[in-house]
Amino acid sequence: MQYTEIMVRYGELSTKGKNRKDFIKQLGKNVKRVLHNFENLEISAKRDRLHITLNGEDSSSIMNRLKDVFGIETFSPVMKVEKDIESAKKVVAEIVKSQYKPGMTFKIDTRRQDKNFPLNTHEINDALGGAVVNEIDGIKAQMKDPDITIRAEFRMNGIFLSSLTISGAGGLPVGTGGRATMMLSGGIDSPVASYLGMKRGVRLDMVHFYSPPYTSEQALAKAKQLTEKLTRFGGNIQFLQVPFTEIQEEIKDKVPEGYLMTVQRRMMLRLTTALTLKRHCKGIFTGESLGQVASQTLESMMAINDVTNLPVLRPLSSLDKTEIIRIAENIDTYDLSIMPFEDCCTVFTPPAPRTKPNLYRTRECEAMIDVEGLMERALDKVKIVDIKNGEEFLNAQEDVFSELL
Amino acid sequence: MIYFDNSATTKPDLSVIDTYAKVSEKIWGNPSSLHKFGEQAFHLLEQSRQQIAKLLSVSPEEIFFTSGGTEGDNWAIKGTALERREYGNHIITSSIEHPAVMNSMKDLSKLGFDITYLPVNKNGQVNVKDLKEAIKPTTILVSIMAVNNEVGSIQPVKEIGKALKEYSKVSYHIDAVQGLGKGLHDDIFNDRADFITFSGHKFHAPRGVGFMYKRKGKKIAPLLSGGGQEHNLRSSTENLPSITAMARALRLLKTDEKQKIQNQVNIKQLIFDHIKKYDKIITFSKVTSNFAPHILCFAIKGVKGETIVHAFESYDIFISTTSACSSKKHLASSTLNAMKIPEDESTSAVRISLDEHNTVEEAKRFIDVFDILYDKFKKINS
Repeated sequence: MQYTEIMVRYGELSTKGKNRKDFIKQLGKNVKRVLHNFENLEISAKRDRLHITLNGEDSSSIMNRLKDVFGIETFSPVMKVEKDIESAKKVVAEIVKSQYKPGMTFKIDTRRQDKNFPLNTHEINDALGGAVVNEIDGIKAQMKDPDITIRAEFRMNGIFLSSLTISGAGGLPVGTGGRATMMLSGGIDSPVASYLGMKRGVRLDMVHFYSPPYTSEQALAKAKQLTEKLTRFGGNIQFLQVPFTEIQEEIKDKVPEGYLMTVQRRMMLRLTTALTLKRHCKGIFTGESLGQVASQTLESMMAINDVTNLPVLRPLSSLDKTEIIRIAENIDTYDLSIMPFEDCCTVFTPPAPRTKPNLYRTRECEAMIDVEGLMERALDKVKIVDIKNGEEFLNAQEDVFSELL
Repeated sequence: MIYFDNSATTKPDLSVIDTYAKVSEKIWGNPSSLHKFGEQAFHLLEQSRQQIAKLLSVSPEEIFFTSGGTEGDNWAIKGTALERREYGNHIITSSIEHPAVMNSMKDLSKLGFDITYLPVNKNGQVNVKDLKEAIKPTTILVSIMAVNNEVGSIQPVKEIGKALKEYSKVSYHIDAVQGLGKGLHDDIFNDRADFITFSGHKFHAPRGVGFMYKRKGKKIAPLLSGGGQEHNLRSSTENLPSITAMARALRLLKTDEKQKIQNQVNIKQLIFDHIKKYDKIITFSKVTSNFAPHILCFAIKGVKGETIVHAFESYDIFISTTSACSSKKHLASSTLNAMKIPEDESTSAVRISLDEHNTVEEAKRFIDVFDILYDKFKKINS
């Protein structure tokens, strides 16, 4: 069926009082970003609903994208018809016909915003219901739990008919919960943590450490591709590449082996803190989960967290690995995450890192390197990329391939 | 030149050869390598797998690349026997299978497996009732071909699937080497089929490449152990140029499939109607829904199959004795044998096998030559 528009209903927003306007505006922006490559769309975010006028664009691919945008409770594809009851009758019968199977019941649910429309709500229900019964032999109207419900809205600018209600992703529109940085490694956990942070409305800037030549171009491309996967939930994401080679080499050279990992992590968190403040972000998200690896014990977190005053949020802290993997599969990041590239966390892993590092000893060890100088040189070379939905980093050769296949 | 021996092998499509050449030249990395050449090759491999899966409406994890039909048949049969021998040692197949299946069964029977060969009727089809009766508590595998390569009879693979519904312990293999692109998709990919084997060179891909469908979750032992490619089930560095070329060939095959099948039916009908008029002609194939659209098997009484093949060859028309695999051994057709065709008729049998590129003009030329040759043969015989 060729729909004319998609009507989006808001989620948690209705409870947000005065901030409502900001929420709606933000959701409107996010929807625009996620649908940026459909040129003919008109998107308008109104008080109660958001309307996407399709102007001939393909409704099913647009609905697929909408399913992932946080802040949407439900949405419906809608047919707009002229404000005259005869055309409404024709289209309603068509819609019901396209879904009808023998034995099904239906109901017309009319809302009349246009109080000047010659028929009242009951009369409209009668007229449209009659049209359906005339067109389809054996169909029965049923008010309670019908199989097909047609919503008919009589608005000032036309009649809007729909019969499907599709669940959205829920949550809050990305951007309404402020802005934070995310330490994204490229493994399974950090994309899942990003997803959960975004679901609470936080806009995230990805901070990715890379150590050429120890880590490959592909490892970097993979982190970017994971970021692209996450743009589905709220639009473009800024990706910050932080060079980490010099720091890792220096730490490897000067710090005792047991504390290599702890000092590395402290340097990462320090760098992220500097970037967070510089970008006016208000916190740092990580993919840490308690007890998974050496750096994720409470003692270790204490020794690492020592370098920052910013809130460090760990959405996965109490999830099991299987729970995390399940989410990763649902949001389609799992297969990418398990691609086998070394990342900067695994390059210089000592054989036996301290699982319970001592805070004072950690500080002593760190004093053996030039923290300020290393930070300055790394921060100087940070590269920022804006990542959009649909961009390719890993398979940049689709065109070549499609010619072959 | 008129080529009517497409069941033996098909001519690779030019664009398929082009793909093969380009991949060999430009994307020669090993898909298992970590560097970018390996990465690129890996992506192309997976994209080929996805394309094949999509064209067949199955999921990419269900497609495993092989070296062709023989390997696929060996793997499905021996791999299942190895994997499931603790559940039993009985296997059911038909008496008209391809040598890849037949000889796999012989190998297994030397190892102590008990094989039942189902008979066929005069149309070269197995009977589902016979199959049901043959099932024992120790049965672990049923292996049946979709389309017979010699006479083109279509086996009731879907009905067999239905019959096997109650026997979840029995694995079900379909040899579909002759069945792809012949309008049998729903029969072959029926919801009980566990393993389905295919060969690239039967649909204009290069030879030496094929694939096996393995139902998700179904277990099978690997026959090739090594570097762990194909989910540890079929080691060997992936034959990427051939695989990519095969993915392309399958896409081409599936384009306008219905119309192509109809074209083959029309040609077959034209030839069938013509030769039927002669009294020394015996046909073993029919133009009905029980027979594949592309195979026509017949005999000219009293003339050896080989003589007929060479007589047509002198007119630049290429047909075959019943199957390429048995023709050089001077054996009478095993399928015709199983159909209880007397030996003096089966040794005269020849096979025409068509593809989507054959034309009505070619059929008309074939008929003209046939008339000339038939007259000649009559003189020799009388």
